[in-house]
Amino acid sequence: MANVSRDDVVKLAALSNLQLVDDEVDGLTKDIVNILQYVEQLGELDTEGVEPTYQVVDLENIMREDEVITSEVTTSDLLALAPDQAENQIKVPKVL
Amino acid sequence: MPTISDVKGNSARKNIEDALKKAKEFEEYHALLSLTEKRALERADAVDSGEITGKLAGVPFVVKDNYLAFGAPTTAAAKILENFDAPLQATAVEKLEAEGAICIGKANLDAFAHGGSTENSAFGPTKNAADPTKVAGGSSGGSAVVTALDIVPFALGSDTGGSIRQPASFNGVYGIKPTYGMVSRYGVVAMASSTDVMGCFTKTADDAELVMSIMAGRDEKDMTTLPDYFESTTVDGKVKIGVIKDTLTDDVDESVRNVTNEYIQKLKDAGHEVEEVSLPLVKLSLAMYYIIVPAEVSSNLARYDGIRYGRRAQNVKTLAELYGRSRDEGFVTENKRRIMIGSYVLSSGFFDAYYLKAQKARTLLIQQFDELFNKYDLLLMPTAPTPAFGFGENTDDPIKMYLSDAMTVPANLTGMPAMSIPAGTSPDGLPVGVQLVAPRKADAKMLAFAKSMETQR
Repeated sequence: MANVSRDDVVKLAALSNLQLVDDEVDGLTKDIVNILQYVEQLGELDTEGVEPTYQVVDLENIMREDEVITSEVTTSDLLALAPDQAENQIKVPKVL
Repeated sequence: MPTISDVKGNSARKNIEDALKKAKEFEEYHALLSLTEKRALERADAVDSGEITGKLAGVPFVVKDNYLAFGAPTTAAAKILENFDAPLQATAVEKLEAEGAICIGKANLDAFAHGGSTENSAFGPTKNAADPTKVAGGSSGGSAVVTALDIVPFALGSDTGGSIRQPASFNGVYGIKPTYGMVSRYGVVAMASSTDVMGCFTKTADDAELVMSIMAGRDEKDMTTLPDYFESTTVDGKVKIGVIKDTLTDDVDESVRNVTNEYIQKLKDAGHEVEEVSLPLVKLSLAMYYIIVPAEVSSNLARYDGIRYGRRAQNVKTLAELYGRSRDEGFVTENKRRIMIGSYVLSSGFFDAYYLKAQKARTLLIQQFDELFNKYDLLLMPTAPTPAFGFGENTDDPIKMYLSDAMTVPANLTGMPAMSIPAGTSPDGLPVGVQLVAPRKADAKMLAFAKSMETQR
């Protein structure tokens, strides 16, 4: 049975790179507990010895030649999308 | 502007001007987040001058705003992409444009396609075409409404757990979800990569077949597309249809059961063989879905970091704060719920109990479907357990909202093609659809069957 506390939710948010504001936490805790309780009904199903399905149409590794394909999108198109950039690079706050 | 054939051959400029005028007339429905007016009129002139030709020359359409398309920002109805100008177009859009179709605008959706009512749009909900006091359904609510209001003859949507079929049912139009991998997903904002498919809304089964035939096919840019197989066909003679009785229980709205039963009678009157069948795992599909999909969502939405593109939070000092604040401000609550559920079910210690368990259950669900398809050509069930509901009715309880997808998620989990067919109305005049599900790659046969039933009306 899912036992998810307020602290667990804060931790889960941090793992998900979400810096929640304080008044979001209680609502999300309640929702997450309810959703996990709902999905736990799967526990009643016997899946002993069943293989999992990750890909539904049986495609397997699709290979292609390792060659350069020219993209219609240029470096400057992509750089232009960045919120902050300088000298052909994306600017971010200090990392270290 | 009811169907494609009604507008094809007209002056493209007139088609586009009419569609834009209607879009503005119906602005209060909030079905569209933006119009691509300038680009649309330029393309119309190119069609009229003979520079652009094709099967859809001069035919206006609308894309769900999670398709990358030129002419207006691609927002996914989320703040984090509010001003995102796509540097490329989705393959599906490119293919339609290559046949002369003209995109006039971008439709509202639940942010990142997370939801079943369009109430999760960061820019406000869309109103139902039949009754503006009700929700449009979702997540492709805007696309369903522009089709139902006759603004355009067709619109594109994406369907991860019912996001095309449920709003189609709520607004009284056709909604098509193809086999997983039939239509390229390149250039569409990813939600859950093992169930996402691209499809359309139309007024007729004929138009649906035409649009799907153009969008179908292998794409070098999407390695999950299947080799080409879609070929339009016809259905002659008797078809064997199984009605899934597990979807017609007492907890399903009476009007939905009535419309479904009337449709069953129509099938019998047309000479088809209809039998009740059981598919017990349908009842557990939603539990599988809300493990698998949030897991994939948490992974796909990790790319929105406020660094490379999209909205960046202001006044942050550290990199961690930049990520955390940009994502918290840029996502709606439902996005956060799903990301966190996904992080939970994928975390070590819980992976086997949730994610692996759900993927095994999925195998059993596929087996149950496959067994039925050994005996039946098609399966029938309602599209949604209720007609359109009121604004705010399901927003306090995510589970209640999720239950609206209970009958549509099985086709996504199994990769099977399915469609919602407008079949009747509730006593309050709300549209109700029925849903056909076909074996994988039997898309064309399913559409041909829908066409044959259309002429029975």
